Amino acid sequence: MVLPVVVVIAVLVLFPLAQGVFFTFTNINEGNIANPILDRPASYVSVGLDNYLKILSGDASYGAFWSTLVRTLVWTFGCVFFHYTIGLGLALLLNRQVRGRSVYRVLLILPWAVPAFISAFAWKYMFNAQYGIINQFLRFLGLDDPPVWLGQSDWALVAVIIVNVWLGVPFMMVALLGGLQSIPGDLYEAAEVDGATPWQRFRNVTLPGLRSVSSTVVLLGIIWTFNMFAIIYLITGPNPNTRILVTYAFERFFSGASRDFAVASTYGVLILSVLLVFAGVYRRALRKQGEVW
Amino acid sequence: MTVEAASVKVVQPEQVARRRPERLRKRTDRSRLASVGLHGALVVASLIAVFPVFWVLVTSFKPDAKAVETTPKLVNDSSLDNYVRILAGDKGDFLAWFGNSVLIALMTTVLAVFLSATTGYAASRFRFPGKRSLMLSFLVVQMFPFAVLIVPLYNILLVLGLQGTSMGLVLVYCTTAVPFCTYMLKGYFDTIPNDIDEAGRVDGLSPFGVFWRLVLPLARPGLAVTAFYAFLTAWGEVAFASAFLSAADESKTLAVGLQVFVQQNRTEWGHLAAASILVAIPAIIVFYLVQRFLVTGLASGAVKG
Repeated sequence: MVLPVVVVIAVLVLFPLAQGVFFTFTNINEGNIANPILDRPASYVSVGLDNYLKILSGDASYGAFWSTLVRTLVWTFGCVFFHYTIGLGLALLLNRQVRGRSVYRVLLILPWAVPAFISAFAWKYMFNAQYGIINQFLRFLGLDDPPVWLGQSDWALVAVIIVNVWLGVPFMMVALLGGLQSIPGDLYEAAEVDGATPWQRFRNVTLPGLRSVSSTVVLLGIIWTFNMFAIIYLITGPNPNTRILVTYAFERFFSGASRDFAVASTYGVLILSVLLVFAGVYRRALRKQGEVW
Repeated sequence: MTVEAASVKVVQPEQVARRRPERLRKRTDRSRLASVGLHGALVVASLIAVFPVFWVLVTSFKPDAKAVETTPKLVNDSSLDNYVRILAGDKGDFLAWFGNSVLIALMTTVLAVFLSATTGYAASRFRFPGKRSLMLSFLVVQMFPFAVLIVPLYNILLVLGLQGTSMGLVLVYCTTAVPFCTYMLKGYFDTIPNDIDEAGRVDGLSPFGVFWRLVLPLARPGLAVTAFYAFLTAWGEVAFASAFLSAADESKTLAVGLQVFVQQNRTEWGHLAAASILVAIPAIIVFYLVQRFLVTGLASGAVKG
């Protein structure tokens, strides 16, 4: 029963991955790739480590790798931090006996149900500097000069982070809510009998009880956010102030007439390497705390 | 018959256990002020969650010119014109895009749920060589940025003759959806006691019969989340769709097609909003069908995963 999946994964992930790695050592682009429709053989040549050297030198015409990496990290950890804290806060509120709990739950999960590209359009509309509802609201509050959100400044990065936080909180909330519900109530009762304050109960019962859920969803969240493409690309387009590694790779893939497949692939391999290193460190850190994972 | 009885008996205590935390704090325990604060926080959060969708809905009825006024009003020359013009095909072949998206999303959902259910079950119940590394590789697959896959996949689809077709996209989406779904479903299957399988075996069911007739029905919450995730993956995906589908207007999906409303200098917000609402409806229907399973389904997957 596993066989179909193994085959699918091998054909559609491992084989392309191997090929993608191979492309990073060539100068492949739209002009020299094999094209069965035009009946044209491949004519790209090996360039050794050239692509890597150009990118890792941090050259601006190759995407200014290091500063883009820093921006990617700001984006990733900023988003995941707010996903987790807001998600946990809402999950704690929803885990109580509240009137209309299921209504709140449906409303709060709603952002997850809306396709991401629709949300992107909606927020782009709301963030517009002149007619967007957000700046209208800020002016109404007495802020005379609200920022141009999606222009060439760091406000654009703030804006896309806000959108991604809005988008990602429901998943965290639902996962953590499930985690909260699996903590046995006896533990709370015991803690209460022992005279633990609410804060102590939260620190010593809730957080340890959520450990395994948290470690999984935080890791997944980091991986997904690191590779999140649609939101940034659809809201700000190729704006260098919101450029992260993945969007730049896509720009490269699509830029101009000669789609630069080689550099796009090289970026892909570098992204994968960063994530693998991170996951390794993360796993080791968890294991040190006695987590079997 | 005996099997049914066994399954009922096993599931009940689990549900009771899940409900326990709710009993913990009774409403009477809370001061009035705390109640107000609780509801206040939830109302504010719900408003933030719902407002963008509400605002798109309001905008969808306005003409393009009224949608960009500097003093927005809730209702301004509102009518159904945007919807009528989009459905009539004035702004590109909307119905064809819609059909493509539905077809691709449904095929992805069916294929992904089937593949991940069988794999997840196998990983949960059987020992086989490479099982650990298989599960680990599913996690690693999540890390593959599409940027590294997009060129070779483009190449493969070109060679297979699937470039520009829906089937090609379905296969590509499955590679994203299947690993995560398998991971979750394995966790869910782990929470279903093995006794049920054994009881089924005793009653003379084949291994596949046990899986199909006993385990799958019990795993409905997990399957619902999986289906939801797979559907949304395919319904809302932009990058692969814009890279792989042919330029012909009638072969586009919604995610690609809708970009015609966002032109270089001018965005037709009224029309875009109306189209967005039409696109969001199927996703919200799917969401509504599965939402009551989401918490249980996702939780056990993530807890045990």
